[in-house]
Amino acid sequence: MQKKPTTLLALDIISLILLGVSTYLALVFAPTEAVMGEVQRVFYFHVATAWVGMLGFIAAGVSGIVYLRTGDLKWDRVEMAAVEISLVFFFITIVLGSIWARPVWNTWWTWDPRLTTAAITELIYIAYFMLRQGIEDPDRRARFGAVYTLIGAVSVPITFMAIRLFRTIHPVVIGTESAEAQGGFNMTSDMKLAFFFALFAFTVIFIDLFWNRIRMGTLADKVEQLKLKVMQ
Amino acid sequence: MLFLETTPDTSQYMIAGYAIAFGVMFIYVASLFIRSRNLKRDMSMLEEMDKDK
Repeated sequence: MQKKPTTLLALDIISLILLGVSTYLALVFAPTEAVMGEVQRVFYFHVATAWVGMLGFIAAGVSGIVYLRTGDLKWDRVEMAAVEISLVFFFITIVLGSIWARPVWNTWWTWDPRLTTAAITELIYIAYFMLRQGIEDPDRRARFGAVYTLIGAVSVPITFMAIRLFRTIHPVVIGTESAEAQGGFNMTSDMKLAFFFALFAFTVIFIDLFWNRIRMGTLADKVEQLKLKVMQ
Repeated sequence: MLFLETTPDTSQYMIAGYAIAFGVMFIYVASLFIRSRNLKRDMSMLEEMDKDK
């Protein structure tokens, strides 16, 4: 295994610093929202992790297209890395949303269009890993993964647009929300700073984890190949 | 919540939210680290076996 590149090492450190600064902005710098109180602060990480989740699912779909065109297994590793990281971040999004909903909506969960589509998206990508496990042949597995992530990526715009197209109680921060929306608020300039910084910080963290995960996938493939060679 | 005059104390929910977010991120990064370390160990062991062969 090649030594970790200096750029990646630097990115690891930068990501950690950005996470620290983003946490400070969300928990200390941003003012307390008057109606919801402190729980509103989960909004900064809720949206940032959702953004990263969706970014990864789209990246996986794009990697799937590239794999289908080139047949290069490298793109299968990229696709798997994107799905794995997005699955983790999207899980955080759903949990944070549920925690926010308890005091604001008076319930942990409701089958609102946004919550339902988000849960379906998460389940689609959990199934991706379960189904991959069942295919032995690497080329068949990669082809299946590519087609699956391509179809799965359709759930991303549906989830994103759910609060803009349907009657929903989920608030819309940017754009016009449904009349039934509950828990919406107007962002002050300090809130906007914390919000956009969190988006930026999590994008960098995603790139860092993505790079690390792709390297790990490459190493796993090398180990598999060497194992076959030694066993012959 | 709309008719409350004072800001409600919802700090417990905020703490729970951030604790879970950091917990999940930590577990994921730790899993990446452990899996990479195991793969490196396997790689060096297989290289040794390949040399002996």
